[in-house]
Amino acid sequence: MKDTVVEKLTARFSESIEFINEYRGELTVVLKKKAIVDVCRFLHDDDELHFDSLRDLLGADYYRPDDRYEVVYNLFSLKNKFRLRLKVRIDESDLHVLSVTSVWSGANWQEREAYDMFGIVFDDHPDLRRMYMPEEFEHHPLRKDFPLMGIPGSLALPRK
Amino acid sequence: MDTTTVDPKKRIFRALEDQDTSVTFDDPLENDMILNMGPQHPATHGVLRLLVRLDGETIVSAVPDLGYLHRGYEKIAENTTYHEFIPHTDRLDYLSPLANNVAYVLAVEKLAGIEVPRRAQFIRVICCELARLASHLVWLGTMAMDVGAVTVLLWGFREREKIQDIWDLLTGVRFTTSFTRIGGLAQDMSDETTAAIRAFLDQFSENLHESEKLLIKNKIFIDRCEGIGYISPADAINIGLTGPMLRACGVEHDLRRDEPYLSYPELDFDIPVYHDCDTLARFYVRMQEMKESVKILYQALDKIPNGQINASDPKRVLPKKERTYSKMEELIHDFMIVNFGINPPIGEIYQAIEGSKGELGFYLVSHGEGYPWRLKIRSPSFVNLQSLPVMLKGQMISDVVAIIGSVDPVMGEADK
Repeated sequence: MKDTVVEKLTARFSESIEFINEYRGELTVVLKKKAIVDVCRFLHDDDELHFDSLRDLLGADYYRPDDRYEVVYNLFSLKNKFRLRLKVRIDESDLHVLSVTSVWSGANWQEREAYDMFGIVFDDHPDLRRMYMPEEFEHHPLRKDFPLMGIPGSLALPRK
Repeated sequence: MDTTTVDPKKRIFRALEDQDTSVTFDDPLENDMILNMGPQHPATHGVLRLLVRLDGETIVSAVPDLGYLHRGYEKIAENTTYHEFIPHTDRLDYLSPLANNVAYVLAVEKLAGIEVPRRAQFIRVICCELARLASHLVWLGTMAMDVGAVTVLLWGFREREKIQDIWDLLTGVRFTTSFTRIGGLAQDMSDETTAAIRAFLDQFSENLHESEKLLIKNKIFIDRCEGIGYISPADAINIGLTGPMLRACGVEHDLRRDEPYLSYPELDFDIPVYHDCDTLARFYVRMQEMKESVKILYQALDKIPNGQINASDPKRVLPKKERTYSKMEELIHDFMIVNFGINPPIGEIYQAIEGSKGELGFYLVSHGEGYPWRLKIRSPSFVNLQSLPVMLKGQMISDVVAIIGSVDPVMGEADK
């Protein structure tokens, strides 16, 4: 199955793929940011690959000068019982990436969570609000430069 | 206007007329009401808040609001060693802590490349299945109570109490178990525990059947569940539902079968699938699953081999505590592992198990340090709750509690 996925993706999106990596039997494809929706749409609709379910979507902060953030898409094909991981890299200067909610509606909350925790903005998202933190909170807690103890006074507490 | 010229009668009328008296309804049936359910509502199983727009008694739309139990476990994980995070996993899905322990250490072991001995694998299977039973029993009781049957709650909790007594024997605590260790387990399973599990299983099937009899032939229960909370299989897959929710939609998907882990390939069990996609189908799937869990537990107890429970990898697996007091090597390893961590190689993995609510997965990124660089918890309750707006649309307000009950969310896990 691995070979089919790699073959089909490279045949169709060779210029959008940055590199393909395999670690402990898990296949990871790193993509250019612009291509993410097209690739997802292709993987979802293709009859043979049929990645019909998005199991997880997450942000990650690598705290490096270039391409600081990553968005990771964890796909699963119920037909082939195969997992595939897609990644896009996002630079701090441009925190925008296209939303995949048009492909899998389940991406809705998970993109909201990534937005809440990392401040990554998902364009074309139907309802991009914070998932866990209150709406008036100004920070993004899972960023590496957010202190573990929190920022005093950043959360308005109810008056006694 | 000159008030003197106006008829005094009209002047009194005008004074009486204010906003409240002059409201007119074009169509009294076209008025929506917004109802706020939770976070302190007993049927929301914790702190789920639901904003429901109602037209009469029919739900027009519903918006779940999460985050009341957000404790930032992913942030905490980045600042603790791999071992230190194990107790935190108890608090995710607090109805099946043992399964969370197993899922987390499986992920770390995959990242570090540690293979655990067969005996430990079987004990972990027993842990997972006991956790599934305990979790499903709470679901059974609370869901039955949500739709009005109190007896089943008491019977369910009575059985769960026995499982917790087994956990007490097996792990030393009843609730927050923290039982697994990276590369093995905290302690071996004693013969007393084995006997206790057997004794429990011998009487459990009959007791479960009694609870089941109370419900499946009960017209009130069936009427309240049948055809309620429908979600089509296509929607279910698209949202990413897993576990009993997905299997009640006629999709035969179980990670124990599709992506085998631990000793599950050696065990014989069925995967119950129902095709009705409603609350009643989810009820039947979970009831059948409990019976399958009993089957698995019997087999696991029969097949469990003797031997070690910890992998022989002294640089990464914690030594026995007694030995650290008397042996130099063990003392050094214990010191290094506790203070500096196990330093898995640079890389990233995702490992999931079939938890009681669905796919419970951990995504780990290691930079070769003692702390994980990033840990993401893929919690089944979080994703399953996303189906609520779809299922609630067009239903009656009284069915909300039945539908939430059939999702079986645990907010500790959904909010992380």
